[in-house]
Amino acid sequence: MAALLEVDHLRIEFPTRRGTLLAVDDVSFQIGEGEVLGVVGESGAGKSLTGTAVIGLLEPPGRIAAGEIRLMGRRIDNLPYEEMRKIRGKQIGAVFQDPLTSLNPLYSVGRQLIETIQTHTDMTPTRARARAIELLHEVGIPAAERRIDHYPHQFSGGMRQRVVIALALCVNPKLVIADEPTTALDVSIQAQIIALLKRLCREHGTAIMLITHDMGVIAETADRVAVMYAGRIAEIGPVRSVIKDAKHPYSHGLMGSIPKINDEKERLEQIEGSMPRLTEIPPGCAFNPRCPHTFDRCRIERPELMDTGVTRASCWLYANG
Amino acid sequence: MFAYIVRRALQSVLVMASVAFVAFALFQYMGDPINQMVAQDATLEQRNALRSVLGLDRPFYVQFLFFLKNLITGNFGFSFRVGTPVAQIIAERLPATLELVIVAAMFALFIGVPAGVYTGLHRHGALSRFMLTVSLIGVSLPTFLIGILLILIFAVLLGWLPSFGRGDVVNIGFWSTGFLTKSGLKALILPAITLGLFQTTLIMRLVRSEMLEVLRADYIKFARARGLTNRAVNFGHALKNTLVPVITIAGLQIGGLIAFAIITETVFQWPGMGFLFITAIQFVDIPVMSTYLVLVALFFVIINLVVDLLYFAVDPRLRVERSVSAH
Ligand SMILES: Nc1ncnc2c1ncn2[C@@H]1O[C@H](COP(=O)(O)OP(=O)(O)OP(=O)(O)O)[C@@H](O)[C@H]1O
Ligand code: SF4
Ligand SMILES: [Mg+2]
Repeated sequence: MAALLEVDHLRIEFPTRRGTLLAVDDVSFQIGEGEVLGVVGESGAGKSLTGTAVIGLLEPPGRIAAGEIRLMGRRIDNLPYEEMRKIRGKQIGAVFQDPLTSLNPLYSVGRQLIETIQTHTDMTPTRARARAIELLHEVGIPAAERRIDHYPHQFSGGMRQRVVIALALCVNPKLVIADEPTTALDVSIQAQIIALLKRLCREHGTAIMLITHDMGVIAETADRVAVMYAGRIAEIGPVRSVIKDAKHPYSHGLMGSIPKINDEKERLEQIEGSMPRLTEIPPGCAFNPRCPHTFDRCRIERPELMDTGVTRASCWLYANG
Repeated sequence: MFAYIVRRALQSVLVMASVAFVAFALFQYMGDPINQMVAQDATLEQRNALRSVLGLDRPFYVQFLFFLKNLITGNFGFSFRVGTPVAQIIAERLPATLELVIVAAMFALFIGVPAGVYTGLHRHGALSRFMLTVSLIGVSLPTFLIGILLILIFAVLLGWLPSFGRGDVVNIGFWSTGFLTKSGLKALILPAITLGLFQTTLIMRLVRSEMLEVLRADYIKFARARGLTNRAVNFGHALKNTLVPVITIAGLQIGGLIAFAIITETVFQWPGMGFLFITAIQFVDIPVMSTYLVLVALFFVIINLVVDLLYFAVDPRLRVERSVSAH
């Protein structure tokens, strides 16, 4: 059976005056029905761009230069705008980083919910409103009957993100792209929001592409994880294996850099240097200037994802033969 | 919200009082008004008698209070030039100016806002570039020149539209309207375009830049991610947010139309208040000048209040003062 979402050899470019920037290069992954795929990596690794490409909202001049994106076997990366619009919200929902700015300040939350529901279904206004109240209730907003007519500024950050989640899930999409859904929130409520998202998606069988910097969140929430580096996938595999036994030197270092308060040895393993800018990606393996295991081949030839046992990593250390 | 409106109302009263003071001060500059009212050979007693009848021997602030009382009761004095009550002269001229300003404002809003939205949405389109170029002309050419050019083209060369005056008017009570006759409507076109062109281009450019700004906002991206139609996103979410800042500026600009009307009315010999004001200046007709000042200020203040109320209607963040915050 085909996976829910298949991304094949995705390549995203930005034409600029000084040549073409390759922001996402040859990225492939799949997400199964109801599965949670964590996506991690340093700032600028291409996580958001990949998510944005999946919902078809790349902003020009950014464009998909190669590759394919398929949802339930149907190709969606080259659909006309209107066709893709019908998929957005209905089949693929999205939750963005900042709940403070994700909601239109001039519309009540109820109006935003109802317009989304009515865009994708043919519910009557009365039924859509009842459904909206039910949704607010479901995401844990107290006194939903009254709160539905309130405006975004009358909600706290955490409450607004709950509304955003209600909006993303309101017509039961198959997949939700959650791009750092808690980064802008108070630490004290981050866990609640993630737990809510996870619970709702499990209940409705919704798959999640969860983009985050927080390895703790990934460890708790994701089934599999993709580690991105300089626009490519460094390693992808079941979350336990990647965290406990990362094969790619970069993901190994990344896992080591999760601060563990009582474990001095682990903390020392942070990776030296920083990710190259898009204009300065070295030939061969993009990680080679920072990698402790670099050898000749790494500087010349680019590694594809290859089997390492449980995970797949793009690293020459695992080339058979 | 109530407190806010009370505060704004008080401010308006203050503005009006200041303008009234300026209008009052105008009278002090023209020398002794008694000289112009009595015969050359009047005796000192006759002069003083008239002075005390008119209250001109009272202290300055008492005179000002009298002046205010007269203004409020609609007693604006008599025109030095024609001798009729100023209130009557203004009542004859007011409809012409207001009709011109209303048409010009409609023109500015109904052309300016859609053009701004269009150029904002189709940033790189050929039509957008064309409109932006034309708008540069609107911003940079002085009003009288635009008026003269329009007269030259549409009145003199093509002969389609009249070059001056209001055409035939119909009287409804004291209000003389040009809206009801064909010649009255035709006469409105050129002056209204001349008067409103600057505001049209200004509103268009303002709406465009606000639109570009709003279209980059996260809630627009999120609205698209929810699968809303382009129409709902562009003309619902984006346009409404664009209009919040546009309302203030557009309101002020439309208030400004009344003042700018002076030039347009002069170019088109339009029998309105602006034309009246220019004539009044030529004849140092102080009562007419001061009344004009007060009236224009009154319109400004009223428009500002309306703009404030519109703000409340559009932006819920102002309506609700207490933000409920609970996790
Ligand atoms: N409009 C653009 N023009 C040029 N380059 C861009 C543009 N948008 C994004 N990029 C580049 O694409 C790369 C990937 O961006 P992306 O937003 O996907 O990173 P990310 O992994 O989500 O990072 P973060 O963790 O900071 O959100 C970045 O290096 C960025 O500079
Ligand atoms: S391919 Fe070479 S440089 Fe790249 S991660 Fe593997 S060992 Fe390091
Ligand atoms: Mg990002």
